Amino acid sequence: MFNLTGAEIIVGLLERQGITTLAGIPGGCNLPLYEALARCGRIRHILTRHEQGAGFIAQGMARVTGAPAVCLATSGPGATNVLTAIADAKLDSVPVICITGQVPRAMIGTDAFQEVDTYGLSIPITKHNYLVRSAAELLEVIPRAFAIAASGRPGPVLIDVPKDVQLQRFEFTEWPAPGQPAAPPAVDEAAIAAIAERLAAARRPVLYVGGGVVACSAGEQVRRLAERASIPVAMTLLGLGALPAGHPLALGMLGMHGARCTNLLLEEADLVIAAGVRFDDRATGKVREFCPHAAIVHIDIDASELGKIKTPATAVLASAGDALAALLPHVAADERPAWRGRLESLRRDHPLRMDGCDDVRTPYGLIVQTAALLDDEAIIATDVGQHQMWVAQAYPIRRQRQLLTSGGLGTMGFGLPAAIGAALAAPDRTIVCFSGDGSLLMNIQELATAAEENVNVKVIVMNNNSLGLVHQQQELFYQGRLFACDYRLKVDFCAIAEGFGVPACDLGTAADPRARLAEALAAPGPRLIHAPIDVNEMVFPMVPPGAANRDMIGGATHVEACK
Amino acid sequence: MLKPANDNPPPAARTDGRAVLELTVANHPGVMSHVCGLFSRRAFNVEAILCMPVGDGRQSHIWLLVHADTPLEQMVAQLLKLQDVFSVRRHEAAHDVFVRLEEYFRE
Repeated sequence: MFNLTGAEIIVGLLERQGITTLAGIPGGCNLPLYEALARCGRIRHILTRHEQGAGFIAQGMARVTGAPAVCLATSGPGATNVLTAIADAKLDSVPVICITGQVPRAMIGTDAFQEVDTYGLSIPITKHNYLVRSAAELLEVIPRAFAIAASGRPGPVLIDVPKDVQLQRFEFTEWPAPGQPAAPPAVDEAAIAAIAERLAAARRPVLYVGGGVVACSAGEQVRRLAERASIPVAMTLLGLGALPAGHPLALGMLGMHGARCTNLLLEEADLVIAAGVRFDDRATGKVREFCPHAAIVHIDIDASELGKIKTPATAVLASAGDALAALLPHVAADERPAWRGRLESLRRDHPLRMDGCDDVRTPYGLIVQTAALLDDEAIIATDVGQHQMWVAQAYPIRRQRQLLTSGGLGTMGFGLPAAIGAALAAPDRTIVCFSGDGSLLMNIQELATAAEENVNVKVIVMNNNSLGLVHQQQELFYQGRLFACDYRLKVDFCAIAEGFGVPACDLGTAADPRARLAEALAAPGPRLIHAPIDVNEMVFPMVPPGAANRDMIGGATHVEACK
Repeated sequence: MLKPANDNPPPAARTDGRAVLELTVANHPGVMSHVCGLFSRRAFNVEAILCMPVGDGRQSHIWLLVHADTPLEQMVAQLLKLQDVFSVRRHEAAHDVFVRLEEYFRE
């Protein structure tokens, strides 16, 4: 027989779910939970400097492991601060459990101190949410939350727990079983046969794969299908790594900042096998003109994605891995010499232009040289902006879950705390966070957390003293009227990092910047690497917002691509 | 947008191109927010809404009068993703539930 408080029940259930590390900030309404954590003593708590940092640390852990990770916040501002990270997890389908404190039940609805309608605020940005009304309910809610977060298309679950529920005692005889992901839906064999038939008849097939492939670790199935039937593979930002960069059939990222050859090849496809993707506008461009000559086969585990944007010729409700594995035995080997020849000629004539890739003082050079100094075990996190797109284009992502980036919500400030979370989940790996000066300033306080926990995170700040992507768009689409994008103050990032206890180096003043970079990457613990870049650098090619993917600007002249 | 059902002309005269959805849902205070929020967030139009507990009170039925020309399948797919929605049945717009309510909305 157990006689425990709600707070003790939460901690007990988290332990039973296998949670060993979580991030958060205590406050008035979650102090009972923190007391229970302190008494338990077996769960490592990462004290962040802002609740958004805690949310992104949980995301970093979840994105690296694929398993749900937990963050904590108090009521009111604690809850509102964490919501951006939760919304980000929703759009990128990341399993995060957020437990917020709430004012005692008797005070709900009275505009009590630090009261906000966390349940109401979190409805549209979670996969599911709870306002727990008794300690007894926690025994059902917590395992269920873990099951929901990890089942089907993963996503965040928020659990709001009033302070008096945390303190309420409840007697029970048995712990419930930990929440586990539900079995994915069975694959419809008839639909698979229909896809096989289409593929056999297709002359110019393309695979278009995204986060749904990474979520179920289906990279191997993608590779086998691609190789057997000679199908080039385009990846979304979240799908990068599904097929290793450098594979002869890997087209890299498609869409707004995809290579010309990638978007042009998709334009000619007669069959698109879309797996674990949602036809996001950054990937498709003007959706009516996306792959205009192709029949579309759509495989996704979320029924509401099938037909949401594009009406597929064949739809399969299944995990991408299961569907592709079922498809493989129906697919005959096919060399497709004409289609592969077309791919090679487009690659030759319209490669991704990576100017300056042997000079570490240029954006591409910095990224390519960083990759050369690391192995594929390294985890790469990014913030949001030009640096993110350069990394997506140029960093050779060779395995699933190697790249952590905010795709759907595009949250500046994601990178540093997500990198800390990655380092906590994978302490033996080197974590590199490519950031920009604009993005880093949005969660720079977490440098203190990085120093305190001594995580192996190397933050590379590509500093153009500007909101670079805004600068670029104003330059290209707003008649060059630059407004509110360039900072007047030059922040001394190295001094700030040192102030937080994070050693820093400046590639801008280094006599041998590549050697300085190598030294910083090899040193244990957190480092900040300051890399000044030219504010006039742009990310090319670029599909203007609303245009079709064939209408790319920039990056067109023929220059040898880097190896 | 949620719109009242008492626009002119009266509801019974406007059943064309509409459908009635009958949802079985968990009966707790957040369910209406989940369902209504889904419709407003995805810009689906709801003409009328009705909710009552059924059985022992652990479940409710929600009746929705919707435009059949909006992407109804997408609406149903989104509704079925809500953890508190157990089932969705589609009826024709001539279904009694809203027709008989009409008298309460006469001016």
